[in-house]
Amino acid sequence: MSPRFAPGDRVRVAEREVAGHVRTPLYIRGKPGVIERICGAFRNPEQLAYGEWDGPAVPLYRVRFQLGDVWPSAEATRDTLDVEIYEHWLSSEPFEHRLESKPA
Amino acid sequence: MTHHDLGHRDFEALEQAFREALIGRGVLTDADVNERAELMYSRTPALGARVVARAWFDPAFKARLLADGSAAVRELGIEVGSLRLVVVADEEKVHNLIVCTLCSCYPRMLLGIPPDWYKSIAYRSRAVREPRSVLVEFGLTLPDDVAVRVHDSTADMRYLVLPLRPAGTDELDEAACAALVSRDAMIGVALPRAPG
Repeated sequence: MSPRFAPGDRVRVAEREVAGHVRTPLYIRGKPGVIERICGAFRNPEQLAYGEWDGPAVPLYRVRFQLGDVWPSAEATRDTLDVEIYEHWLSSEPFEHRLESKPA
Repeated sequence: MTHHDLGHRDFEALEQAFREALIGRGVLTDADVNERAELMYSRTPALGARVVARAWFDPAFKARLLADGSAAVRELGIEVGSLRLVVVADEEKVHNLIVCTLCSCYPRMLLGIPPDWYKSIAYRSRAVREPRSVLVEFGLTLPDDVAVRVHDSTADMRYLVLPLRPAGTDELDEAACAALVSRDAMIGVALPRAPG
């Protein structure tokens, strides 16, 4: 499975609620961010936790969020938060919202 | 009852029951468990500090460390198993902080067993929400023009902070510099300090 996103791409985390062993924290669901790097491809923990060992490897990204986008009341809105998120939790954000600068 | 309501002794009982069941069924042996425990107890923050000091003294090593943390650490003869290490470097205007909000993911192969506070609900929930206030409580007040980058280890990566080399350490050799690098500095809740 080749990665769908590249560093610098604007993405949004899915809002969905799923039961089971999910590694996408609740606090980050629905939030917009930017792909910081591609970490590689890993088996999906949502399957691994239930003994499905032979599922496909899923691209994993580090996504960078502005703290102010995650918590409206953040102390310093320009501070950032990087979270590892599997591809099936991400969708593209429209191009015109692309940030000026890509993360290093 | 959620797992957050379980006390230390409940976990001990669970661990013991689980371990005995696995050994009873021949999945593991006592020797396997002991070997693993010994490996974990042999890992201390001194390993991480060696990596940090090497990066301070060797810019080419630092570049390789930031590009592929696990490969660079193996160059130093440190075996890290399946660890996928991401090293995040502090800069003059950037401070990094590590947390695992979902559980207690931690670069154990380089730092050993995490401190209890790292696993506390308070640290895990506050570090991603009010990192500056959390750092103040650790005794670290950052200037407003230093950006905080928090890293939540939610999946397969493990993180180590590469702090800046403190001023006033030009005369020190690499081993003496490594001695200045604490566990907390590699998590990002403290800074290395020059002696004296």
